[in-house]
Amino acid sequence: MPTFPFSAIVAQDEMRQALLIAAVDPSIGGVLVFGDRGTGKSTAIRALAALLPPMRAVVGCPYNCDPDSPAESCPHCASLPGARRKSEKKPVPVVDLPLGATEDRVVGTLDLERALGAGVKAFEPGLLARANRGFLYIDEVNLLEDHLVDLLLDVAASGVNTVEREGLSLRHPAKFVLVGSGNPEEGELRPQLLDRFGLACEVATPQDIATRIAVVRARDAYERDPEGFCAARAGDETTIRKRILLARERLPHLNVPDSALERAAQLCLALGTDGLRGELTLMRTARALAALDGAEAVTDDHIRRVAPAALRHRLRRNPLDESGSTARVERALADVFS
Amino acid sequence: MPQRIWPDALLAAHLLATDPHGFGGAVVRAGPGPVRERWLDGLRAALAPGTPWRRLPPGIGDDSLLGGLDLAATLAAGRSVARAGLLAETDGGLIVVPMAERLPPGIAARLAGALDTGTASERRARFGLVLLDEGEGDETVAEALADRVAFRIDLSGVGIAHCDAPAVAAVNTEVGTPEADPLGTLCRLAEALGIASLRGPILAARVARALAADGPIGTDAITAAARLVLASRATRLPAPEEAPPEETEAPPPPSEEDGPTDQATDPAPADAAEDRVLAAVRAAIPANLLDQLLAGGVRLSTAKAGRVGQPAAARTGRPIGSRRGDPRRGRLDPLATLRAAAPWQALRRAEGETRPIVVRRDDLRIRILRQRTETTTVFCVDASGSAALERLAEAKGAVELLLAEAYVRRDRVALVAFRGAGAELVLPPTRSLIRAKRGLSGLPGGGGTPLAAGIDAALTVALGVRRGGSRPVIVLLTDGRANVARSGEGGRARAGQEALQAARALRTAGVPALVIDTGARGEGARSVADAMAARYLVLPRADAGLLSAAVRAAL
Repeated sequence: MPTFPFSAIVAQDEMRQALLIAAVDPSIGGVLVFGDRGTGKSTAIRALAALLPPMRAVVGCPYNCDPDSPAESCPHCASLPGARRKSEKKPVPVVDLPLGATEDRVVGTLDLERALGAGVKAFEPGLLARANRGFLYIDEVNLLEDHLVDLLLDVAASGVNTVEREGLSLRHPAKFVLVGSGNPEEGELRPQLLDRFGLACEVATPQDIATRIAVVRARDAYERDPEGFCAARAGDETTIRKRILLARERLPHLNVPDSALERAAQLCLALGTDGLRGELTLMRTARALAALDGAEAVTDDHIRRVAPAALRHRLRRNPLDESGSTARVERALADVFS
Repeated sequence: MPQRIWPDALLAAHLLATDPHGFGGAVVRAGPGPVRERWLDGLRAALAPGTPWRRLPPGIGDDSLLGGLDLAATLAAGRSVARAGLLAETDGGLIVVPMAERLPPGIAARLAGALDTGTASERRARFGLVLLDEGEGDETVAEALADRVAFRIDLSGVGIAHCDAPAVAAVNTEVGTPEADPLGTLCRLAEALGIASLRGPILAARVARALAADGPIGTDAITAAARLVLASRATRLPAPEEAPPEETEAPPPPSEEDGPTDQATDPAPADAAEDRVLAAVRAAIPANLLDQLLAGGVRLSTAKAGRVGQPAAARTGRPIGSRRGDPRRGRLDPLATLRAAAPWQALRRAEGETRPIVVRRDDLRIRILRQRTETTTVFCVDASGSAALERLAEAKGAVELLLAEAYVRRDRVALVAFRGAGAELVLPPTRSLIRAKRGLSGLPGGGGTPLAAGIDAALTVALGVRRGGSRPVIVLLTDGRANVARSGEGGRARAGQEALQAARALRTAGVPALVIDTGARGEGARSVADAMAARYLVLPRADAGLLSAAVRAAL
């Protein structure tokens, strides 16, 4: 059965925008989606991965290496003789990280069978290896043990998984877009961890009946005739795919004017975000959005559109201010852009 | 009601049998017994012959669930041998999950993921789940799974006598006026019943389609789908038009003979049809929802395990020996493994093995780890004027007594006091007797009662304790007469409201609590205790010894 198409997802504009931005510039550092159950979080992420064009990867490489990347960075490719790296087309991987996954399974571990059976010290790649160049999806990230979240964010930020355990010592590429989702009522993420996610969006079940009916209708139509449903949306899917690819090309050449940087700094100052990560993410996100829009330069409008997602999870908790963090960002936006 | 439940349960079983993966499965709440067995038999009988039917063994490991290396075959063959996991083996069939309410969150997450994608480790695994919920009281199946399956069947009130109802009077799908906008009706119904997740109406639409057998969806199909899927998910009663909610149960549900035919002969406008569906659904709403609504709010699904900071079971801790086992589910003990393999080496070499050391699966040993989870008791003491200075002295005494005891058990104690304008952490979690005594002796009393601030502070401490891997318990000593709001301003109404709000936050966080009412007049703290789902004790004149005994007994 083909995956539910990305273009057929109803509403949830902010989440879709955040995912597109992360697909254009993976260095933004992951997307956190907080919200109710059954709001299409996992559907959206799987749909996005299916929409991306297949990638070229070295045949047999457990890390899905790009044949054009330097071979030295990958233990598998470096071991291949000469420049004989054959490539094949593979779909962009989406790897699910289940709750209760052990560190062994995530990072990779000593290959026990080969160690005990043949006496060979070999590395058995984990989930991080499989997610390289794709998406790592964690449902209920707020229930994940803190040390695993720490580890994931570290790897996501550096793009390299360093394994030093059980007598193994190696580094392999692990560049992925981290997508976490969860329901804040069931436990919150530590603020330190929150801050390290690039974007945070809140999804809610649509409240108006018309949208809800549209969602159910789309799902029903898809289930009755998946092929037909997807075929009817093939055009829209191609449009989005082209938009992402073009944006990726344009991204390095986009210029961020000083005025935009100033706005970003003003905004962060007004909100009192800690550190400079807020400004940096805001700037990168605005640039990715401008690339998606096909704009020449980053404008105030881009900053305004991404500010809530880039900043809302970096605010200091204020117990006296009962209004949500989104409202606070909106207020600051109104002040700064007035 | 029971007469009505059984035919619906059977209908759900028949639907589930036709498309296990499409409907996701069913949550069956019932104790083990003949009724549940009969339902399972009915389900099995309805399945096409040869459909896989498996039971999920408790404590299943990743490789047996999702597939992976077959360790035994791999060691024997000296090369890797893959095998399909339980999920892939059950492709097209049903997996029965016993004691589903105790399913570890890790397994639940894997099952939910496989349900979403229809694959497990890149193999096809389109299965359905039969979640046998034997929970009592508040124990429920993880919401992440329950939300993904279409049916929730509560057989706990059904006696074996009710099960003799004629097998599925297969919903008369032929009759019933075709609905103009069946999906819209289901969505509006879901909204009216307070079902937030869109999986509710989506699954209901699937059920209605199946009932209508791909023809136009009639009113009957909608009614049945709403009854089967939506009623059990309701979190509120649809706005009552005429009858108050207490009585909605009273009108007898439309009996099967006349109900459907009536609807068939009456070509009613869409609105009236929707009302009728709503009435049918109302009759099918579980009775305990009413109790819960009357008790003030639907039970929150309490995430039991896998919470932030909860240490993973037996993956860390002090090794206390080793046992035979699969190293994927524990930590390999290499020394014990070699020791176990040593005596056999000569024999195995005689069998023609050429490797220097021959290790077989039976030799593998894993460490047994024992993890001690210590308890941290967070005392939250009302030091306001209304609680009287004397109470404070007793509370101090009780803390000291418990502390002395905790010292022996290596548990910890913390103390939060609230008075005047706010709360103060008098004693951070500690095991130190001296530090505790010093902190306690300097604790002043008097002033207003900022109960909300006190609860907030206790919760903050408790969550910190939990992140540290220890088990927090909150003991709140108060008379419940909150009169200072979080902002520090006076005002009973606002202060009381905020206190309840803080108490609910505590319940959401799932921290166990005990409320000791120290008020001399009645049960002032009862509402706060209820809001935090805490145990409640009235001890107006307890001395330190009695207090500490009560805490010990209650925890």
